[in-house]
Amino acid sequence: MERPLTQHMKPDGSALDISEYEKTGGYRAVRKALTMAPKEIQEMVRNSNLRGRGGAGFNTGQKWSFVPMGDDAPRPKYLICNADEMEPGTFKDRMLVEKNPHQLIEGMIISAFAIQADIAYVFLRDEYKTAGRRIAGAISEAYRSNYLGKNILGSDYSLDFHLHTSAGRYMCGEETALLNALEGKRATPRAKPPFPQTSGLWGKPTVVNNVETLCNVPHIVKNGVEWYKGLSRSEDGGTKIYGVSGRVKRPGLWELPMGTTVREIFDEHAGGMQDGYKFRCLIPGGASTEFLTGEHFDVKMDFDSVMKAGSRMGTGTMIVLDDTICPVGALYNLELFFARESCGWCTPCREGLPWVVRILKAIEEGHGEPDDLEKLEMHGKFLWLHFTYCALAPGAMEPLRSGLKLFRDEFERHIKEKRCPYENVPAARMNV
Amino acid sequence: MATIYIDNKPYDVKDGGNLLHACLSLGFNLPYFCWHPAMHSVGACRQCAVKQFRSGHDTKGRIVMSCMTAATDGMRISIDDPEAAAFRKSIIEWLMTNHPHDCPVCDEGGECHLQDMTHMTGHVYRRFRFKKRTYLNQYLGPFLTHEMNRCIQCYRCVRFYRDYAGGRDFDVFASHNHVYFGRHRDGVLENEFSGNLAEVCPTGVFTDKTLKKHYTRKWDLQTAPSVCVHCSVGCNTIPGERYGELRRIRNRYNGEVNRYFLCDRGRYGYEFVNSALRIRAPLINPSASHNGGGGPVSGGERVAAKEEVLRYLSDILYFGARAIGIGSPRASLEANFALRSLVGAEHFYMGVPDTDFRLVTLIADVLRKGPARSPSLSEVEAADAVFVLGEDVTNTAPVLALALRQAARQKPLEIARKLRIPLWDDAAVRNAVQNVRGVFSVAAPYKTKLEEVASRSYHGAPDDLARLGFAVAHELNNENPAVEGLPDEVRSLAVSIAQDLKEAKRPLIISGAGCGSEAVIQAAANVAWALCSGKRQAGLCFAIPACNSMGLALMGGGSLGAAFKAAREGTADRAVILENDLYRCAPEEEVNAFFGQIRHTVVLDSLATPTVAKAEVVLPAAAFAEADGAMVNNEGRAQRFYQVFAPDNGIRESWRWLRDIMIAAGRADVREWQGLDNISAALAETLPVFRQAPEIAPPAGFRIAGMKIPRLPHRYSGRTAMFADITVYEPKPPRDPDSPLSFSMEGYQGQPPPALIPRFWAPGWNSVQSVNKFQSEVGGPLRGGDPGRRLIESAGVKAPFFKDIPDAFAPRTQEWLILPSYHIFGSEELSVLSPGIAELTPRPYVGLNAGDTGALRVSEGEEIAVAMNGAEFLLPVRHFPELPSGIAVLPSGIPGLQGLMLPAWGALAKRKTITVTGAT
Repeated sequence: MERPLTQHMKPDGSALDISEYEKTGGYRAVRKALTMAPKEIQEMVRNSNLRGRGGAGFNTGQKWSFVPMGDDAPRPKYLICNADEMEPGTFKDRMLVEKNPHQLIEGMIISAFAIQADIAYVFLRDEYKTAGRRIAGAISEAYRSNYLGKNILGSDYSLDFHLHTSAGRYMCGEETALLNALEGKRATPRAKPPFPQTSGLWGKPTVVNNVETLCNVPHIVKNGVEWYKGLSRSEDGGTKIYGVSGRVKRPGLWELPMGTTVREIFDEHAGGMQDGYKFRCLIPGGASTEFLTGEHFDVKMDFDSVMKAGSRMGTGTMIVLDDTICPVGALYNLELFFARESCGWCTPCREGLPWVVRILKAIEEGHGEPDDLEKLEMHGKFLWLHFTYCALAPGAMEPLRSGLKLFRDEFERHIKEKRCPYENVPAARMNV
Repeated sequence: MATIYIDNKPYDVKDGGNLLHACLSLGFNLPYFCWHPAMHSVGACRQCAVKQFRSGHDTKGRIVMSCMTAATDGMRISIDDPEAAAFRKSIIEWLMTNHPHDCPVCDEGGECHLQDMTHMTGHVYRRFRFKKRTYLNQYLGPFLTHEMNRCIQCYRCVRFYRDYAGGRDFDVFASHNHVYFGRHRDGVLENEFSGNLAEVCPTGVFTDKTLKKHYTRKWDLQTAPSVCVHCSVGCNTIPGERYGELRRIRNRYNGEVNRYFLCDRGRYGYEFVNSALRIRAPLINPSASHNGGGGPVSGGERVAAKEEVLRYLSDILYFGARAIGIGSPRASLEANFALRSLVGAEHFYMGVPDTDFRLVTLIADVLRKGPARSPSLSEVEAADAVFVLGEDVTNTAPVLALALRQAARQKPLEIARKLRIPLWDDAAVRNAVQNVRGVFSVAAPYKTKLEEVASRSYHGAPDDLARLGFAVAHELNNENPAVEGLPDEVRSLAVSIAQDLKEAKRPLIISGAGCGSEAVIQAAANVAWALCSGKRQAGLCFAIPACNSMGLALMGGGSLGAAFKAAREGTADRAVILENDLYRCAPEEEVNAFFGQIRHTVVLDSLATPTVAKAEVVLPAAAFAEADGAMVNNEGRAQRFYQVFAPDNGIRESWRWLRDIMIAAGRADVREWQGLDNISAALAETLPVFRQAPEIAPPAGFRIAGMKIPRLPHRYSGRTAMFADITVYEPKPPRDPDSPLSFSMEGYQGQPPPALIPRFWAPGWNSVQSVNKFQSEVGGPLRGGDPGRRLIESAGVKAPFFKDIPDAFAPRTQEWLILPSYHIFGSEELSVLSPGIAELTPRPYVGLNAGDTGALRVSEGEEIAVAMNGAEFLLPVRHFPELPSGIAVLPSGIPGLQGLMLPAWGALAKRKTITVTGAT
């Protein structure tokens, strides 16, 4: 099984420096890309069916194709790496940046070349201190070796490259809020259209791609479309970095063929539940996806299959809930996060999420009222796509909507007994 | 045009406009918060949700925000869709989770957009059982109170303050449900338009602090259409009164003039009407006759009955007496005309400083005799290239400056157009445009605030500004003479400005009387005229000193200097002075000398000015809110203002006093002057320039279904009880012979003609947002056309270019050229009597650049002696960084420095070297 993204990472967890990276074949893809036409690279990536690894799963090559090209295109154009990984339960991008920063830089150079960007930014979550140090070091190395800067490797192509560490809000991971944050404005999202590809950073054409997405690009260019599609067990191209957290035997991250089943990830790689705990359910792709249960173990983890099963693959890093954790408490914990991370721009999200949190807290603490569930359902219905300004509140509602269905009896029991029946209370009991 | 289907009925709407605008314009009640017709859509509040269907067969549909969705032909939407309606109701429910239930004690209550929208969506029952969020409030200065707990986070305040008005010291802070709108810390809001927050805020976060001091609900205010008297722009206002006291000013929408916003001077200057300095009865002071002295307010006066005063005045002002009349740029056309009729045209003098006399006369000529059009403010907003020559617009004509800020965005908007972003998609437009500057040049003696939006700027003495203007005109059209000896950088600046203007579709030149220079005005005219060729029209707009300066200039009359000469030479020995403080118009000694030469001085005014103190007879004149009349703004637009309330017994309109004097003196020709309409008709007949004056508003006899238009809202309370401490009988309401408005609750309750709208209100729309219901299209003209008539139009003739180019400014070694600097708060005579404005008025100072202060060996804040026009002052030095060397500025018109007659040459010296004899 090929693991192009992770195979060269060092077991001690340190980053590959530039010479180590070059020895593994690093930066050869850049040399190849510079001989290609930008449109050719766009086509190649599009045909490889590399889908956005930030969670939305949009075809990367297609995303690039909306960028105006040619001499009369507005300048400068920007490529931005979204490394503001803040989705609860998700830590895959951190590994990619920390352990192989040059792979990301190479992916960004090729992607920037493909859209003829003049300036590239890595927009990094501020808490990722180690990643920040390592990517900054790698950027300097790449500049010294002329992979970045003026006339890269003697070509006509130049690229300025910057690291920007975020002030740290979940919202900044939304691509348009990221643009506002990068401009020094409040991290509130922008309405689309216009899309960033035509009016993005400082009003100029901009592409925002996830870390993992960009890390795939050199391998596609180096090894070709067919090779890349062959890595996958589904329609989506390539491998995927899956992760599992919760009370499993071996929580962690694994690079596996796209479309590996939940069962294989959970049983073979994560080793199943820890002794003494029973599996209850999992959230497949970060906090903002709907629950999957035991009956979904044969679902393939790719964008379309998980969608068919009634959830979303999202980031592909699952959170496993066991039977000792109060599901109401777990939802309270999740919603508290989303309520705090709301940017405060649109009414349903700003005012609705805190209400949801208060209701969940009341139920969990034994103050629930019979019509509370109706109110939660109202939020599940109205804090939804098109009703809200961006996808943050709908993302927050995904676990709540499915939780209300799956754990109806648990909610009712809390309200009826006026207490939480679980002894093992998770870390959710924080004050609002 | 596009046909859209709303709940299955077809409607014609503007293609590509947003659905909210379309629905509101069609008269639908669709609730909204974050959208504002002047600031457009951002999609934040989610209140205006409707359902959109793909076709007639689509029954599921999709929720869209109407403000963020373009209307396209064939589109099908539903407002009544149950899901959309339920969602809109939920938005209010969410907002109400934190909004306090303090309506009974909230100043917004009764005119609150949030109340209206809550009612509209049908949210009535509170399901949220948890604690509400609370905030700390801030001190924001004398104009606004801040009550953040009421905030519903619609973001309109910050969008108005920062994006629309260019303010910097107000912002949105924090995030999620702790979002906070305010300053980084307590302090006076710096922006000149901050008062609009009281109208922009959909609820009671920002409310009028001056109203709070004498609070009255909207439904208890007596209101009438009025016009602002605090600068030449003539913004339309709605003053509100109760118990004989003026309580507040609100904006009155006029699509061609001020549209949605007022400046803080206009909004908060009204308190002079309630001032203790008001004159409320006729006064006679016998000791003041026969060569001036004493004066009524000095204690020698006595209150006289109206009949006695009129009898006495008819004795001294008999037909053929050597009487002169001194008019006023702050009095109505009718008052000035009545005075002119009393004394005869040849004895009528404009009561303005001689510099203003020359400048405003020149401006009125330029606008009528050349090909450039004097634009309305809505045309100013649409200009795509602007050249401001010699005017500190923010401080002399603030709302014009606000319009210019919007004009500065016109050219950059092309970036958004190119990206096919609809211009109502405000956030997207601003993201696309970013900080790209418009085509906007500013040339002024000192650094002015509009330079924040300027792409080019220049600072120079008035003569040098004029030279720059003449050079630009020469570049545009070589019929204009070349300017000799221009420094290279100024010449290349002139070439660039000329290029900017030439490339524009709607170029606009702004100038005014601010520099006190005819050459500057002539240069501005030449530039505008040079641009008028072929199809292209250039706008030419002047800021002038007072609210009716243009009206007075069109009426004509002698200069004040000529009036003084007449007194000096003995051809005049009695003077009638109309609403004017001559001490603001001429140096003190000259005015004193004049009063020494006049035997009988009659002054009509509302306030006890130093001029009133010299009068033998004082007649209490109505202030703007107590009078009917018309004024002509800087555009040349004649506008009618109406009595808001009937004043104290003694107070009457100046024109009514003057008419009665004439009648008492046996003048048969004014017998038919029963009311305002008759004077207006006589004015139109006598002076052809005013022939449209009677048409600016319906005549007094106008009725709708036999009814007058009530000044009192139909919900006015306490009418039968408010005088119960005096009499239990309800007094008869005052008569109004001059207008179709009544001092009553009874009358026609529908929408009157636009000039007569006493307040904006519609069923279900109690807030100022009800203006939507009065417009033919939201944001467009009022139904029936925007009020006011343009009295002057450009002549389509060949441009009569001015040829006299002044020499370059040469600094003198021992003297400084002293120019006026302007302050929105302080430079205007009446508003400065309002406590809030007075609080923000600067103390007298002398402004110099750093080099000159160095040469004088003084530092900022240190006092120096300023000697000019025979007067000497000790003034602290203030740095004016961009002021050219050899020039000093003194703040125009502020208390302590009136009547300076600038520009003038003067001497500056460190304190010790001049013996100070005292200020005015």
